[in-house]
Amino acid sequence: MNLSLIVPEMSVVGLALAILLIDLWTPAPSKPRLGWLAVGGLALILCATFAQPIAGDPVSGFSGLFVCDGLGIFFKRLFVGAAILVLLLGIESAEGFPMGIAEFYALVLLALAGMMFCAGVNDFMLLFVAVELLTITFYVLVSFQRARADCLEAGVKYLIMGALSTAFLVFGMALLFAASNTTNFSVLSRASATLAHDKLFWLGLALVLVGLSFKIAAFPMQMWAPDVYQGAPTPVTAYLAFASKAAGFVLLLRVLFVAAPYVARQWETLLMVAAGITILYGNLCAIPQRNLKRLLGYSSIAHAGYMLLGIAALSRDGASAIVYYLAGYLFTLGAAFVVICLAGRESGDISALAGLNKRSPVLAAAMATAMVSLAGIPPLAGFAGKFLLLRAVVEHAATNPAYYGLAFIALAGIVISLYYYFGIIRAVYWGDEAADPTPIPISPAMKFSLAVCLLGMFYLGLFPNVAVVAAEEAVQALSF
Amino acid sequence: MSPLTYIFGLPLLAAGLMVLIPRNFRFLIRLLALLATFASMVIAVGVFCKFDNGLAGREFQFQEQLDWVPSLGLGYHVGVDGINLGLIVMGAMVAFAATCVSRRIARREKEYYILLMLMAGGILGAFASLDLFCFYFFHELALVPTFIMIGVWGRGEQKNYAAYQITLYLSIGALLVLIGLLALYLQLPPGGRTFDIATITQYFKAHTMNGNAARWIFPMLLFGFGILVSLWPFHTWAPAGYGSAPTATAMLHAGVIKKFGLYGLIRIALPLMPDEAQKWIYILAILCLGNILYCGLVAMRQRNLNLLIGNSSVAHMGFAFLGIASLSTIGITGTVMIMVAHGLLAALTFALSGYLADETKTLDMDQMGGLLRRLPFIGTVMIMAMLAGCGLPGFASFPGEAMVLFGSWSQFAMVSGLAIWGALVIAGVYMLRAIRDIWHGEKQWLEISDAPNLWRKLPYGLLLASLLLLGCFPRLLTDGIEVSVVPVVRMASGMRLVPPPRPKVHEHAPRLRQPSETPTP
Repeated sequence: MNLSLIVPEMSVVGLALAILLIDLWTPAPSKPRLGWLAVGGLALILCATFAQPIAGDPVSGFSGLFVCDGLGIFFKRLFVGAAILVLLLGIESAEGFPMGIAEFYALVLLALAGMMFCAGVNDFMLLFVAVELLTITFYVLVSFQRARADCLEAGVKYLIMGALSTAFLVFGMALLFAASNTTNFSVLSRASATLAHDKLFWLGLALVLVGLSFKIAAFPMQMWAPDVYQGAPTPVTAYLAFASKAAGFVLLLRVLFVAAPYVARQWETLLMVAAGITILYGNLCAIPQRNLKRLLGYSSIAHAGYMLLGIAALSRDGASAIVYYLAGYLFTLGAAFVVICLAGRESGDISALAGLNKRSPVLAAAMATAMVSLAGIPPLAGFAGKFLLLRAVVEHAATNPAYYGLAFIALAGIVISLYYYFGIIRAVYWGDEAADPTPIPISPAMKFSLAVCLLGMFYLGLFPNVAVVAAEEAVQALSF
Repeated sequence: MSPLTYIFGLPLLAAGLMVLIPRNFRFLIRLLALLATFASMVIAVGVFCKFDNGLAGREFQFQEQLDWVPSLGLGYHVGVDGINLGLIVMGAMVAFAATCVSRRIARREKEYYILLMLMAGGILGAFASLDLFCFYFFHELALVPTFIMIGVWGRGEQKNYAAYQITLYLSIGALLVLIGLLALYLQLPPGGRTFDIATITQYFKAHTMNGNAARWIFPMLLFGFGILVSLWPFHTWAPAGYGSAPTATAMLHAGVIKKFGLYGLIRIALPLMPDEAQKWIYILAILCLGNILYCGLVAMRQRNLNLLIGNSSVAHMGFAFLGIASLSTIGITGTVMIMVAHGLLAALTFALSGYLADETKTLDMDQMGGLLRRLPFIGTVMIMAMLAGCGLPGFASFPGEAMVLFGSWSQFAMVSGLAIWGALVIAGVYMLRAIRDIWHGEKQWLEISDAPNLWRKLPYGLLLASLLLLGCFPRLLTDGIEVSVVPVVRMASGMRLVPPPRPKVHEHAPRLRQPSETPTP
């Protein structure tokens, strides 16, 4: 037992419980204001995580269940930042949650606790508990607007697909335990060389990967993303699109490169195929979409594919590229979802953005910037991230020329994605006339989030040095 | 700080300041754009005057180097030699002229000038960069502005299609280049990896590149850069895009940004992969005929003035490629000369056609005619520009094209012959026909007026004067270019300077007996 290791996680849980309790004595009209309490608490926790250096030595506790290393700290910062943004979006659209806004805040915090545990997972048992804490909270969050049919539909779809993937995950873990007699990542990694040829171990690991591919919305468990993104309340979509995906990636990194590095090295082709199919599927399906959130659902599949490039590259450079990419992705999606929350409130259709440039030039510029960053064009964060990922892939191509093919698939995906991202820019700047030409008011909290996201995008794109070094230090815990 | 930083930094800084200016201050925004581009042009001319031709072949001048991301080997490094000096001066001039002719933009001026400054600053930065990453990074800054400018301020029914086409084509080209550059960077040994062009060149001077890798990288760079320069058959984006773009975008794009690909080929692809370069120049020579002949013939059929200029500009790129394919000092010097000359020329013709479109509300040559009576100044400049486009001596295109043909004759006599035919006959036909259709004729125009004062005439006069100056005194540029091209050609021809091919007569002349040769019985 080393309780000091999980102080940030426990304080998030405590915050959630406190909000649930205070809710009991809060009159209904002032309930949305509880969100500020949550935001304030998370801001303190975020500051506290910056007290821990990323380059410090890893410490593990709870008989090796949980580890606190650079990778974990980096991801915890991302998760807390994402949760703050989601809470601000939730406060902004509080009237969309007529019942239980306080429960909404508490669930966001509980999901955050699940993700923070994911960041430090060092054992399959804890992995399962953390994933379930995250997933079950999301079942509720996705269907939070009970009055809307499509929201409930999204919730049911998420539930069914989530349950299916959990079944894969558990079965895979059982096989792994049968093959190796342990669930601990450190023990597994020591035995990894001998287990690398055990077919039972292979099957178990493959099933675990299938289960995790649900979290990151990658092939073969990607089909839920567009429906759920479209139906879920906008703040929850933002949370799913970023934080849940990042949690999936940190788990994937830990399972592949802590628990089973030898097997991962033999799975070049499998990982390449998964990355390639995910990129093509996401980008091709996004082309005809007219609903903004649905489009972002497909684009999030494509981005999962880009990040899988970093895993397929099987190198430290690839892993640090993923970590960097996720940091940029947080700011980019943050800006996009703030705009969607303010401008596309009712329908979420792309036509809701028509004439946005006249209604609010600031939001128009922010949306265009976010799309440019998602498309991976300099000088924004998205470009630096894609550059690092492609570099890792091309570097690996020296040993296996098939990786040139993978790089070309990524290239094709990026070009396709330009088409639909620029379609959004077009809608913003010279699409049809706005149906409702009134200016859009922006609250100070949204102004602040937008400013932070835009600055983050430009900072990571123009001065990548600090984040690149941090990402490189964060992946020191992994072995290749 | 190096003056080069100011040349591209001022427009970018202006773009940043404009974000903060409220959109009602239209005059202030335009003034800021004009000041920034004018200052950057003055500094560029200053650099040109201070440039020392004697040092040009050995080192880069006005260098500045800073670390950016040391762990990846990314740095900020700018400098000039003879090859990019002319391009920077030409780019700064075109940027200033493009800002001048934008005065008719009447809506969303703030966004317009921000995007224009981003385009101008980006491409000037790309030409000044000596770091592959910055080189790519700055070039890509122009991509989004091009798309939005064509969409919002563009003209014609096809503008949406053209905006997507130009964006997708350019990003395919750029991404191919990116993968090629990355692969090139990864050829360096781990630990010493850098994107610095000078260091990479030094390294490959001493080491030969792995042949397998070079076999991949060279075509990626050739076609990636080729798409960016509208190499036939990847040229379709260019005429359509320029036809729909607002005047300033077409000027900057056709004039300056398109030269990026040629510059990349000369600076990176040729010297670093000599073996591959020698294999691919034959294919390049054939493809450039596609540019010269095919696009020339297409230009002959155009009735829309912008499409005619666009196709003729694609045709001119064929000469630039031919010079590169010749792999000779004189040929590549000619290519660089063409790049500068064509930049000025394309910007001038697009500026003039933009003026015509604003005045006559049409670009259809069938509806024009008789305009010279009402537009003596614009008409004269346009006729001179069109004659320059046919390669008339006295304008800067002539020495460039002549040098390219001298350079390519010994290696590709057939291609050169066809190219001369294309340049003289085809270009002559469509340019002279256009002059007849637009300027001569009976039609009476009442509503239109010529550029009224010196200030309005300035952008056209500036570009035309530079064309004439470089046409009459080409050595202003070629002296510097030549000394910088020599090391490139030396590396590209595999370190051994190829002896000039002997004239044919010597082969039939009786051979001198060498002292070591044993006499045959």
